[in-house]
Amino acid sequence: MAIAPLPPRPAGERPDTRTAFSLNGADVAARADETILQVADRYGVAIPRLCYKDGYRPDGNCRACMVEIEGERVLAPACCRLPSAGMKVTSTSARAVKAQQMVLELLLSDMPEQSASPYKRESELDRWAAALDVRAPRFPQRHQPAPDLSHPAMSVNLDACIQCGRCVRACREEQVNDVIGYAWRGEHAKIVFDLDDPMAASTCVACGECVQACPTGALMPANNVGLIVPEKSVDSACPYCGVGCLLTYNVKDNQILSVDGRDGPSNASRLCVKGRFGFDYVHNPRRLTTPLIRRTGVAKTTGILDPDDLASAFREATWEEALDAAAAGLRGIRDTRGPSALAGFGSAKGSNEEAYLFQKLVRTGFGTNNVDHCTRLCHASSVAALLEDIGSGGVSNQVADVALADVAIVIGSNPTVNHPVAATFMKNAAKAGTKLIVMDPRRNELARHAAYFLQFRADTDVALLNAIMHTIVEEGLADEAFIRERTENYAALKMLVAEYSPEKIAPVTGIAAHTIREVARLYATSERSMIFWGMGVSQHVHGTDNARCLISLALLTGQIGRPGTGLHPLRGQNNVQGASDVGLIPMSFPDYARVDDPDVNQRFEALWETKLDSKPGLTVTEVMDAAHAGTLRGMYVMGENPAMSDPNVGHAREALALLDHLVVQDIFFTETAGYADVILPASAFPEKTGTFTNTDRRVQLGRQAIDPPGQARQDLWIIMELARRMGLDWNYAGPREVFAEIRRAAPSMAGITWERLEAEGSCTYPLEHEGDPGEPVIFVDSFPRPGGRALFAPAAFSDAAELPDERYPFIFTTGRQLEHWHTGSMTRRASVLDALEPEPTIVIHPDDLAAIGVAPGGTLTLESRRGTLTASARADRGMQRGTLFMAFAYNEAAANILTNDAIDPFGKIPEFKFCAVRLRAGGELVESRL
Amino acid sequence: MYREQGGYAQLERAFKELTPKDVADICMGSNLRGRGGAGFPTGRKWSFLPNNGHPRYLVCNCDEAEPGTFKDHMLLEQTPHAIIEGILIGAYAVGCHHAFIYIRGEFKAGFAIFRAAVEAARAAGYVGKNLFGTGFDLELTVHRGAGAYICGEETGLLNSLEGKRGEPRLKPPFPAVKGLYGEPTVVNNVETLAYLPHILRNGAEWFAKVGPERSPGYKVVSISGHVKNPGNYEVPLGTTIRQLIWDCAGGLRDGRTLLGVQPGGGSSACLFEEHLDLPYDFESISKAGSMLGSGAMVVFDDTTNFVKAAHALIRFYAHESCGQCTPCREGGNWLEKTLVRILEGRGLHSDVDMLVSASHQLTGLNLCPLGDSIEPFLASVVKRFEAQFRAYIREPKAAPVAV
Ligand SMILES: Cc1cc2nc3c(=O)[nH]c(=O)nc-3n(C[C@H](O)[C@H](O)[C@H](O)COP(=O)(O)O)c2cc1C
Ligand code: SF4
Ligand code: SF4
Ligand code: SF4
Ligand code: FES
Repeated sequence: MAIAPLPPRPAGERPDTRTAFSLNGADVAARADETILQVADRYGVAIPRLCYKDGYRPDGNCRACMVEIEGERVLAPACCRLPSAGMKVTSTSARAVKAQQMVLELLLSDMPEQSASPYKRESELDRWAAALDVRAPRFPQRHQPAPDLSHPAMSVNLDACIQCGRCVRACREEQVNDVIGYAWRGEHAKIVFDLDDPMAASTCVACGECVQACPTGALMPANNVGLIVPEKSVDSACPYCGVGCLLTYNVKDNQILSVDGRDGPSNASRLCVKGRFGFDYVHNPRRLTTPLIRRTGVAKTTGILDPDDLASAFREATWEEALDAAAAGLRGIRDTRGPSALAGFGSAKGSNEEAYLFQKLVRTGFGTNNVDHCTRLCHASSVAALLEDIGSGGVSNQVADVALADVAIVIGSNPTVNHPVAATFMKNAAKAGTKLIVMDPRRNELARHAAYFLQFRADTDVALLNAIMHTIVEEGLADEAFIRERTENYAALKMLVAEYSPEKIAPVTGIAAHTIREVARLYATSERSMIFWGMGVSQHVHGTDNARCLISLALLTGQIGRPGTGLHPLRGQNNVQGASDVGLIPMSFPDYARVDDPDVNQRFEALWETKLDSKPGLTVTEVMDAAHAGTLRGMYVMGENPAMSDPNVGHAREALALLDHLVVQDIFFTETAGYADVILPASAFPEKTGTFTNTDRRVQLGRQAIDPPGQARQDLWIIMELARRMGLDWNYAGPREVFAEIRRAAPSMAGITWERLEAEGSCTYPLEHEGDPGEPVIFVDSFPRPGGRALFAPAAFSDAAELPDERYPFIFTTGRQLEHWHTGSMTRRASVLDALEPEPTIVIHPDDLAAIGVAPGGTLTLESRRGTLTASARADRGMQRGTLFMAFAYNEAAANILTNDAIDPFGKIPEFKFCAVRLRAGGELVESRL
Repeated sequence: MYREQGGYAQLERAFKELTPKDVADICMGSNLRGRGGAGFPTGRKWSFLPNNGHPRYLVCNCDEAEPGTFKDHMLLEQTPHAIIEGILIGAYAVGCHHAFIYIRGEFKAGFAIFRAAVEAARAAGYVGKNLFGTGFDLELTVHRGAGAYICGEETGLLNSLEGKRGEPRLKPPFPAVKGLYGEPTVVNNVETLAYLPHILRNGAEWFAKVGPERSPGYKVVSISGHVKNPGNYEVPLGTTIRQLIWDCAGGLRDGRTLLGVQPGGGSSACLFEEHLDLPYDFESISKAGSMLGSGAMVVFDDTTNFVKAAHALIRFYAHESCGQCTPCREGGNWLEKTLVRILEGRGLHSDVDMLVSASHQLTGLNLCPLGDSIEPFLASVVKRFEAQFRAYIREPKAAPVAV
């Protein structure tokens, strides 16, 4: 075999880290910690391997990679052997090849029919067997296990299993789900799910990492899609959460066959169940494929329209007709009632380019700043606090930094469910020694990996965090130098937290004083401590105060501005960061430039060549109130579903029904679309190209893999057509041109070029000048505030807006679940996800359930001051007694019927995480409408 | 009772009069070699522990499951205090404050006896805090296994002790560097450690002078098979095999002649009558192409069906393979099936040839020595008693096949 010349030494590598040795007679050099196999790969020497997988710990068990080392009695496995200087290694000697062939022959003998894997094209075993000319094995076949086809997403055919253990490592070490194990001995040795349960009955979370790891197809996506040859594979990104996993779509006949994890900077080839198996919503027969116009005379009621009965309320229209009608209605209101009678809701699911054009349309075409999106419902309070205290709403450090942290607080977040791949990195870190401090009223999966789990009383975050800060101040653990040099207003914080001794706060939070003190010491004294939080922090009427406390905690201890430290509010939607960055919020233009700052206003008037409103617009919740009040009469809603996602959703539905004119642009007939006057069929994520910014401030490219169905059109085109009809003269040739304009509007992204995105797939901003590397860690030596100093904003403990009382004694909180995304509009139409979680459940402590005499799975009815719903009960000991949880994805029992629309005064975020309800056994279950 | 015979006196002496290094030097000087199977010099093994300030562990291996071996079982039940004293002396010598003993799951009675003995030792102040007022703390944890031969392999044992699946670890790193809970660890056999009090009492010289220079001292040999008096016999190494069979175990049953001797447990190759005058020590046995192993001698007379004997042993290894390595898991299983096929009269002549060639090809490819234990006995008896194997083949014509 030809040996390639020595590759150039990578920059920064010192010469003494290389080990020179000989491989098949040629001189080669190993980098530090490189195994013989890795060196061989780099030099193009093919050594068979089966249990080895790039990036996984080498286990050295298949023994296919045996090589001969001069002077050693036995052969050595190349995959886990480090070369030493002067070693003479041969992979092609007769003895080595014989050993390699022996292993392949033994494994081949166990394959079904003793030949090529029937489950996967190009099984790795088949490829190596062919390469080494191993054919018809001499050995009899072992007893073959029966297939396990119980799972909707994956098939298990262990007759093709070679016991390489890659799936075990995938499950236990990469994703740390600890489901797959290796059981029994000898001939009976096999992988098992939990205690040898069928896959579907096990605790498997269907991340599919094992499928991706399996070399033979023993674990494969269900329905034999692995056997179909794709026409093309398109590198793109995941459409769901803010983790921003990169992936590859395998496509044939305009259909997505399967999805593979791609080695992105935020996911290292990992995916979760939604990213890997939740893609077929795009092929759902219920996709909107024709523009629709409401029939004249069909009144809008607050009920949800039956999607089977669309024709009774809507008629099909041509694009021309629909766009004209959509624009005419909006124009009419603008011209008669004034621009502020209009509003637009964009989407955090759309690309940066779509979000940018959408807000530009509202600002320059409608003439108002009434533009917002679901960020209002997720991290608006966090962002308000961050902007106030440290001058920037982005995360200070990326998720991957958790590996560098000695301590990480995860509060008000259930990452294994909501940010599953980010959670895998937290679990990896915990296994490697990072001490996790999980704080949440509800016990989650991550708590299993935590050094401390603080299950505090719901809504007492401020008290708990102030008590932690109290301890730090009292015990002299504050970073005085950092406080002196980089912050202001410390005296006020000190005075406030003095009131919050752990001893006094313990009964409020339910956490023992000594635990509060230990956690405070741990966080303050470690070299590097990090904080992650989710919507358990932000979605309260004092969400901004919650976030302020977390910021103060980091400032107080100087745990920010260095790798492995800092503040990371985990973003929800795949582009909630980007949508806000490019101005899809009512108070700022792109890059958080305040609309009420005259200089800023002038700058954007120049850029957009038009007059701009300098009054901040209405937020999501305020828009609904204005519709009720009759001051707001028309809306353009793109890819949002306020009829499901807003708090006290009955109120929101009434508001939508009151509008004179509503244009809805979506891929499905959502609950909101039922109130529309015009419905524009849009494109799904894989049907268009654009950039998306993840929770790590990484701008990443999603590429078009398939065409939109029927007459559905790409959203950029639709926005531009509407803009034209609103009197704007736009001519963007595509996302690339829009992105070029974003660079001019948002200085922190000015250095990112489309070419670089195409080449690298991902760039971290701030990246102001072309060629900059980007800044993964920010606030290194100053904060973007006056004087470069961060602000301590002391926050006093206050109660939720609606406390439980005798009439409504239970606390009700909402959130998501692993399988379903937000209002379920995509995931409930994805077959695998729907099969895994088909119906709504009320999560409740088993003792509370027993107290009213209902068995798990039985029916419960919940009632709040705003509405009532019925669903099945799911017992969960992770709940505190007296607290109930529901995901808000189900229209047949929409959790937001119950929630309170009281809002935080700063972030204007509603209190999704706390309201009072009462509970009774029984009730009438409703069918879902999808 | 044990104390009346001078028990724990050496432990006390070690703590009060000797430094850990003195004890280690005595062990090194005695040239004691491990009695667990590999025969590695114990003093040298101890010297591999790095001085990195980490906690160190000593683990006594009492998993004894090697076919034919039953010496540790006896020691456990009959002289538990000698084992405890040996463990404590060893722990003192290597600077370990927490020692473990891993007892085979099936040793139910031995486990109870041993645990009671440890409690007695603790009550007497030999286990626990501040031993003999020296400030040296030493804990001893007794762990019972769950019945897997592979847990006797030292790294499989450490995994099992940590509560993980009992499967061997990749080496390097060796346990001395990264063992129990990732810390430097010594694993020693029961018998090895039980010799320590004696060596301390009588001096390194006393032990080193017994038997051949490079494998000195006494050894408990478990003799079984076709002999009149099977049992454990403690003899000086270097005693001949003939002496062991006839002088110790009472010789063969009347009227029988010897066909073979497996000298060192299931993993050792069979020796034959021409080897009877070999001195029984590590060096001589390995020079003859077999090994002394754990010191388990199985004697076969002329009634032996070696096809069945080989099958029984191969079935054991195939069954006990932890299942990691392809050659061990698949190969063992394949050989077992082939032997079944031969025994059932469905074998081919080529099968007999392949027993030798394939078992040889499996060897040296595995992660731990279990996989390499499949070949020696099988190959040695197929070669010697080929006719017995061929007699099972009903294939019409012997068609020699080269493999
Ligand atoms: C499959 C296998 C089983 C083993 N079983 C035992 C055992 O039961 N007892 C034992 O002391 N050593 C056993 N060993 C040897 C141990 O790995 C180790 O070498 C020994 O415990 C070291 O003790 P020593 O140095 O005192 O001999 C086994 C080795 C293998 C490969
Ligand atoms: S199922 Fe696949 S990955 Fe898992 S052990 Fe078997 S062959 Fe390897
Ligand atoms: S973690 Fe988020 S981005 Fe990654 S695959 Fe899952 S839903 Fe998609
Ligand atoms: S040789 Fe056999 S017993 Fe040893 S590690 Fe490999 S499979 Fe397990
Ligand atoms: S690839 Fe090296 S042992 Fe499997």
